[in-house]
Amino acid sequence: MEGEPIEPVGVPEALSAEVLTVERAKQGDVAAFGELVTRYERRVYRMARQITQNDEDAEDVLQETFLKAFEHINSFQGQSKFYTWVTRIAVNESLMKLRKRKSDRTVSLDENIETDEEPIVREIAVWDDTPEQKYSQEEMRAILNKAIDGLKPIFRTVFILRDVEELSTEETAEVLGLSIAAVKSRLLRARLQLREKLTRVFKRKGDQILGYAK
Amino acid sequence: MVTCKDFLRELSDYLDETTDPATRAELERHVSECPNCWVVCDTTRKTIQVYKGMEAQPISDCIHTKLMEAIEKKAAESGHSGCCNGNHES
Repeated sequence: MEGEPIEPVGVPEALSAEVLTVERAKQGDVAAFGELVTRYERRVYRMARQITQNDEDAEDVLQETFLKAFEHINSFQGQSKFYTWVTRIAVNESLMKLRKRKSDRTVSLDENIETDEEPIVREIAVWDDTPEQKYSQEEMRAILNKAIDGLKPIFRTVFILRDVEELSTEETAEVLGLSIAAVKSRLLRARLQLREKLTRVFKRKGDQILGYAK
Repeated sequence: MVTCKDFLRELSDYLDETTDPATRAELERHVSECPNCWVVCDTTRKTIQVYKGMEAQPISDCIHTKLMEAIEKKAAESGHSGCCNGNHES
């Protein structure tokens, strides 16, 4: 099923139209709320799938997120974008799913990590020029999902919000209740870890692997 | 003078273009002279690009319909009106 094209975030006209749609939804117009669902359900599902790593959980998160948004839409003050507000609900629902599934291990975004620790770089190799053309869309999606699934939730969630959902650093910090410094530190780690994993797949064959001097 | 460790620490801000001009100039000089950092910078940039270019996975009609039905039910319980099924483009 293809929904409406995803609107680029930050387009003033689209945003002002959205403010009106949100206002109609606040007045109890279910059709208006349906427009918001159709606009964002694919992104919410993708985000939930990437955080929970599970199709069934992602479906539950999608439903619970929009039901909560519908129930509490009058508490949305419009100080952030509607999508940022929905994202906050979806992230919380996704993390709750992870916690339930891994009941023996606490999944927390507040996990204490050493932010001063040096980032790790092992694989240094040039990539093929156009990996996107070498793999089908499905194969590419599988490669990217596998790489992102290998990250710890604290890194994965920050990366998804910043680099997949394209929220700003400030919005990501707001959604996750983290400081700007924590978002930046986790984002760097996530990016480098993914780079490491993808380099193993996309590196140009026959090239010598470079390496930092120890 | 910028070292490889300094460069890696600043890599995210460098790629996001949020460093101040003086720091950026120093980082640019380092990356133009250090093949390792150039490769790490280039492949990290490409990593971000491939994820940004990732299409949102289509969701099935069934999932969409179940979601809309749940919202309709919630709306009926709370006394709201209006039908949202017709707004969806399959």
